[in-house]
Amino acid sequence: MGLRSFFDSVEPHFTKGGKWEKYFPVYEMVESFLYTPKTVTTAAPHARSYIDMKRIMTYVVIATIPCILMALYNTGYQTNMALADHEATGWRAAIIGGLGIGFNPANPLANMMHGLMYFLPIYIVTLVAGGIFEVIFATVRKHEVNEGFLVSSMLYALIVPATTPLWQVALGIIFGVVIGKEVFGGTGKNFLNPALTGRAFLYFAYPAQLSGDSVWVPVDGYTGATALAVAASDGFQELAARGMSWWDSFYGFIPGSMGETSTLACLIGLAFLLITKIANYRMVLGCLLGMIGFSLLLNAIGSDSNPMFAMPWYWHLVTGGFAFGLVFMVTEPVSGAHTNMGRYIYGALIGFMVVMIRVINPAFPEGMMLAILFGNVFAPLIDHFVVQANIKRRAKRHV
Amino acid sequence: MAHKRRDMLIDPMVDNNPITLQVLGICSALAVTSSLQVAFVMAIAVTFVTAFSSMFISMIRNQIPGSIRIIVQMVIIASLVILVDQMLKAFAFEISKTLSVFVGLIITNCIVMGRAEAFAMKNPPIDSFIDGVGNGLGYGLILMMVGVIRELFGAGSLFGITILETVNNGGWYVPNGMLLLPPSAFFIIGLIIWAFRSWKPEQVEEREYKIQTVEAH
Repeated sequence: MGLRSFFDSVEPHFTKGGKWEKYFPVYEMVESFLYTPKTVTTAAPHARSYIDMKRIMTYVVIATIPCILMALYNTGYQTNMALADHEATGWRAAIIGGLGIGFNPANPLANMMHGLMYFLPIYIVTLVAGGIFEVIFATVRKHEVNEGFLVSSMLYALIVPATTPLWQVALGIIFGVVIGKEVFGGTGKNFLNPALTGRAFLYFAYPAQLSGDSVWVPVDGYTGATALAVAASDGFQELAARGMSWWDSFYGFIPGSMGETSTLACLIGLAFLLITKIANYRMVLGCLLGMIGFSLLLNAIGSDSNPMFAMPWYWHLVTGGFAFGLVFMVTEPVSGAHTNMGRYIYGALIGFMVVMIRVINPAFPEGMMLAILFGNVFAPLIDHFVVQANIKRRAKRHV
Repeated sequence: MAHKRRDMLIDPMVDNNPITLQVLGICSALAVTSSLQVAFVMAIAVTFVTAFSSMFISMIRNQIPGSIRIIVQMVIIASLVILVDQMLKAFAFEISKTLSVFVGLIITNCIVMGRAEAFAMKNPPIDSFIDGVGNGLGYGLILMMVGVIRELFGAGSLFGITILETVNNGGWYVPNGMLLLPPSAFFIIGLIIWAFRSWKPEQVEEREYKIQTVEAH
């Protein structure tokens, strides 16, 4: 019996009047995950496009693949580097020892393996915990579960540090799914980015596990500051002395949240998203210009006491979560601005806020997460003013 | 009559709760609920002020000229708040320091003004007093619920007594730092409103817009 005929044979149980009618969203999720969704637009106006939601979401997941690979490699690489003067312990060490791969940071396979053992548990927990709540809401509220959750969970797993305790990972994604998305009506109605909402929750709830010097490299007793933390305390010139050159930072061989260290991987993803027209270039451009413009301004102003003022824009680009946020979160179509002019403003606002938080706010070394959430909140307002301005302009012309 | 008065007292708890249904008095609910003790004192203070201000305003309601009624109400409310503030400073100085400006801000608490304007101006003193107590308790109920969640999960204690031993003190519980920050009360109050309205669907407001459904052809 083929898979299609299996689906066709069980479908009557889930549709109206069937014995598992309540669980239709679950059936629909599995079916539309494997096949093209059957529902098509029936009412006018028709806008036909080969890009449906399923394809958008799948493309975003594909675009994260370079980041995932880099996340695996760099997490393992950082860990194996740190293990040079620490003892490897725990179940990961047991498995790697059993496989006979070893902890040599020069061996790419060893790095990938070790990274996988950090990434995989976090990703699985994210999928299971978030997925359970997604399905509960879909069942009770009678809407579909779609691939959007795959995107959120993948992005979320990539932006937490490798050391995050798994129960916190679960709590964060549940918060992100429920408060960031489901209470507003589910996919397509969220005004905040669910993955970032979850991370922001963890960031404020458990700062000890989400920020500081000891969370980025998962080795007990090892501390390694992120590039931004070093730049904030000693100036960006100090980074080279700590063994973090600009190219290291660009390729992603620096400590940080798992998936966001590599600017190169993010840019590959960006190119894919721009070519397939999933991401809107206006937001990206606006964000880059906002960041570059404001950091140039701060460079010109200068400060004697705050070394971050002197940090050039190309360092802002490659440190912290800027590149990752720019590619995968600023461009998110639902929580961003919807008018073309608004997209430039929205992007620029985020770019400006990132530099603002990184440089001027002493409490947070990294600002991308907060800047994007800030932008999300302002997006409807920006759209409103753009639309109003357009109406006024046209009304004047009419006289 | 007795039945009606009981309703006045009970109604504001769930069916007509000033916080969850009317969404008033949110600012102080965010600010003073990080510890249960402070929330408790605040609840008592607000209940006291609402009850007595409603009663006094109701007593002179027929003498108050309509054009300056808000000022007259404010004078009465402010006097009571000053009284409460001085009492706290005299007998519970530590708590009054934590409450800081929020005792003074009871004057601007929408619940107090709201009851004076909506109820006490039209009803006799005893009814107004009961209504004030009811609304104060309704406010207090939500404050305590938020306070329990925030203090228990944010600091691992209730009324300052340790319930969940935190990691810093050698226990197992990792406190959730966000619950000690005021924004967390937004989420919690939001979730409580959600729970209340799921329990009593008649509290759900009508949508401001309708999503059109179009028949499939």
